[in-house]
Amino acid sequence: MENNNVIYGINGPVVTVKQADCFEMMEMVHVGHQNLVGEVIAITDDFTTIQVYEETTGLKPGDPVTGTGAPMNVLLGPGIIDNIFDGIERPLKAIEEQSGSFINRGAAVSSLDENKLWNVTIKVKVGDRLEGGQIYATLPETPIIEHRLMVHPELSGVVTKVMPDGEYKLFDTVAVLKDDNGIEHNLTLCQKWPIRTSRPVKERLAPSVPLITGQRVIDTLFPIAKGGTAAIPGGFGTGKTMTQHQLAKWCDADIIIYVGCGERGNEMSQVLEEFSELIDPKSQRPMTDRTVLIANTSNMPVAAREASIYTGITLGEYYRDMGYHVAMMADSTSRWAEALREISGRLEEMPAEEGFPAYLPSRLAEFYERGGRADVLSGGEGSVTLIGAVSPQGSDFSEPVTQNTKRFTRCFWALDKSLAYSRHYPAINWMESYSEYFNDLDPWFKDNLGEDFVKYRSEISALLQEESSLMEIVKLIGSDVLPDDQKLVIETARVIRVGFLQQNAFHADDTFVPLEKQKLMMKTILHLHKRTKEIVANEIPLSKVIKLGLFDKLTKMKYDIPNGKPEIFDDYIKEIDENIDSLLK
Amino acid sequence: MIINYVGVKEINGSLIVMDGVKGVSNEEIVDIRLDNGTTRQGRVVQIEGERIVVQVFEGTKRISLKNTKTVLTGHPMEMPLAPEIIGRVLDGAGRPIDGLGDIFPVKRANINGTPINPVSRVYPKNYINTGISTIDILMTLIRGQKLPIFSGTGMRHNDLAVQIVRQAKISGADSSNFGVVFAAMGVQKDVAEYFRKSFEESGVLSRVVMLLNLSNDPIIERTLTPRCALTIAEYLAFELDMHILVIMTDMTSYAEALREFSSSKGEIPGRKGYPGYLYSDLASLYERAGMIKGHSGSVTQIPILTMPNDDITHPIPDLTGYITEGQIVLDRSLQGQGLYPPVSVLPSLSRLMKDGIGKGYTRGDHQSLANQLFASYAKVIDARSLASVIGEEELSPVDKKYIEFGRLFESRFVNQGFNENRSIEQSLDLGWELLSTLPRGELDRVDDAILDKYYKG
Repeated sequence: MENNNVIYGINGPVVTVKQADCFEMMEMVHVGHQNLVGEVIAITDDFTTIQVYEETTGLKPGDPVTGTGAPMNVLLGPGIIDNIFDGIERPLKAIEEQSGSFINRGAAVSSLDENKLWNVTIKVKVGDRLEGGQIYATLPETPIIEHRLMVHPELSGVVTKVMPDGEYKLFDTVAVLKDDNGIEHNLTLCQKWPIRTSRPVKERLAPSVPLITGQRVIDTLFPIAKGGTAAIPGGFGTGKTMTQHQLAKWCDADIIIYVGCGERGNEMSQVLEEFSELIDPKSQRPMTDRTVLIANTSNMPVAAREASIYTGITLGEYYRDMGYHVAMMADSTSRWAEALREISGRLEEMPAEEGFPAYLPSRLAEFYERGGRADVLSGGEGSVTLIGAVSPQGSDFSEPVTQNTKRFTRCFWALDKSLAYSRHYPAINWMESYSEYFNDLDPWFKDNLGEDFVKYRSEISALLQEESSLMEIVKLIGSDVLPDDQKLVIETARVIRVGFLQQNAFHADDTFVPLEKQKLMMKTILHLHKRTKEIVANEIPLSKVIKLGLFDKLTKMKYDIPNGKPEIFDDYIKEIDENIDSLLK
Repeated sequence: MIINYVGVKEINGSLIVMDGVKGVSNEEIVDIRLDNGTTRQGRVVQIEGERIVVQVFEGTKRISLKNTKTVLTGHPMEMPLAPEIIGRVLDGAGRPIDGLGDIFPVKRANINGTPINPVSRVYPKNYINTGISTIDILMTLIRGQKLPIFSGTGMRHNDLAVQIVRQAKISGADSSNFGVVFAAMGVQKDVAEYFRKSFEESGVLSRVVMLLNLSNDPIIERTLTPRCALTIAEYLAFELDMHILVIMTDMTSYAEALREFSSSKGEIPGRKGYPGYLYSDLASLYERAGMIKGHSGSVTQIPILTMPNDDITHPIPDLTGYITEGQIVLDRSLQGQGLYPPVSVLPSLSRLMKDGIGKGYTRGDHQSLANQLFASYAKVIDARSLASVIGEEELSPVDKKYIEFGRLFESRFVNQGFNENRSIEQSLDLGWELLSTLPRGELDRVDDAILDKYYKG
């Protein structure tokens, strides 16, 4: 067909085509002579509107617009892990080789390396019937990740031909599948999937296994499930990115997808550098062996920023379908929402709250609904955990992005300015944050860590609650006038805050703390509290216990007791008992 | 063949609308000749078939529907670049105004720049010794960082910027490679003159490129000034391998110019009338800081912005804070007490300092000291608010110690002379000296080994 679709108007990243005849909604198109990537976002009788994922400087009316006949999609196959992409899955390293340190437009690079040979093991034989999502071959993608090649979810049929095991390139055919209509399909090492459609699963499962992060305030007070959703809202400087980095480094997911959506460039280079140096404690391999980075920094085109979130989740779902536990960090979803607002403004749509489009909540809901734990089509179990940072305007949590995110996520880790100012990190405010996964996860905690864990947790949060109401009084009249039992609450809460909730990301032991140690730390703190209560009950002044330095000692136990040495906690308990007993005599 | 388009269809604010224009490209620069012989420049901002919207940099004063002839130049806004640009004074759109003639370009570059590929960036780690205790110890400036000063009208942000330029110059080992690009946007003539004189006095003037868009200069030109400045900075840093410090003042005027332009274009406003793309627009400026693999130069940005009504949640400081790698916040009450620099320590922050300080960079105890100073000073604020209710006499002995610590911290650590250049060791030792006035048990951010070495209480 002759292409007579040409540009009519240009307004920022939005381009219109007059009287176009063949475009579909959400179709991916190439715009101009440089083949800039774009997507059809509105069609009327007269005009087709396209958002362009690259700078539109230099485009002219009359430049050609060609359709691709398919929606915006990503290429899924080996080579995704340990790679860094922009918002529409173009590998930034390959772009660097092509155009140098600055990103030029219209970079025509393949998403995945087409020439690399992969060592493929075929898992099916001629005559096997395969349904969508079933595995037909595997290959080692990195030393720790086995890539499982699955039949496209919309395809099924009988295997008519297989190639021998061996080395193949991305687009080599390794098997042929004949569907029920007798049409033969070549199975290669890759497939395509539209980014705005979620990949199907067999059955959704309840979120009953926690995602262990090694961060005490999260694992203990506000745990998240594998396949769960969490929001981290916080003004600038409260440590959203730090918290995301900590989670990406230490959480026990198999694969991490880190989406820097409107992030700082220097921060992305930090992630790149740190992750290649860090060794994963489980596999003893560099973190990059399980990490995919999507970097669409704040000065890269806004439309690609909007797409980056969907690209990330689609890659996540692909690995989930292989039977992996994936954690996706999106930093920050507010930038994504702003990209929506910016494009909506260019389309002159009627704005709702604060200029955001009225469909903001439904877009957020669609995104977070793609998280979850499920029985996957390939047989096993997989999950995608979504952790989205939110950057509220003016640090005001009542703004639309935060409020709507709150509705669709089940963990809310509110970052607090005053905690951050006093350099209490992670600055997760324990009064404002919540997790709705307690009921789902408590059986797991009880089975794996004993009944105590849950009990300690509720005691700890009760003490923090009590402290917070006491602080209201202290703020007015000072702490000196409080009776000793209330002073004790304040003293213990201080140990909890400084010694337990606050965690030092730069300390070799403290940066990741196993659940067992978290439990023992709680136990020791609560033991001291209980024993000191006896002192107070016997009308011995609290100051005598404080003078012993036990509270100070517990504040520093996070540094003094290395991970994996639970026996030292017994010494601490013994020391507490001896000291208190001698006071009681 | 050059086509002259005669007349315009519509004039609205700084925008003109023209009809029947063929072969125009987006963001193209047009020359507009008035019939009185003067020429203005404009930029195509919107195209709809043959109808185009052009933004006129010098404003539309005296333009009528009939008196213009417009020529398409065929290229986007470009900046002529040459090594000789150092030491020159340019107007807000990058044209020389120092009477020394045109710049003979070695190359021309699009002022919008192109994003640095994240994988090509070098993670910045070399600290810049500014000789100012608060900045060096608590919010260390790193080469390749963007660290804005959040100030308010009437505060001494200009002095602070001048002091940074003067003292940062001396400390660098390769000071011959050092240069400053100074972009003034909507500032008064005296302020620009103050900077020029200060640069001259400290002997850096020959290494400064000044771009001046003063407060009475056209607003639309102001939206170009930082872009021209950063294009020059990138050229000097990444092609001539220099270390460039870019000072942009005042970002608030820039954002207001953008708002004015946006509203005259009839765009849907976001917060406080600023366009919805203010974040992306600011990011396209601030993100042009950094270092690149294979080049030894760097672009470090110190944008200065005056917070309207000292409100840090106003969209301009708010969005800036989300893009930049920290901020230095100035405080009016500290200034009122006669302290200089009036740095409000608690909300100030440098995101890149954690990897650029400590052993091998500054000193092993730096991070611990900084954490402890922040934590202890936060307690001072608590103690003060308690004292304001119950009176200082009624405070517990520990709280009284904090009040005293706070007083010393502000008068000796924060406060420092405009010409006083403290070495990093001096500042670190001063920090420990002040912390030593507190009981050792209160220092809960530092481990014992470091306390044993530095705590002298």
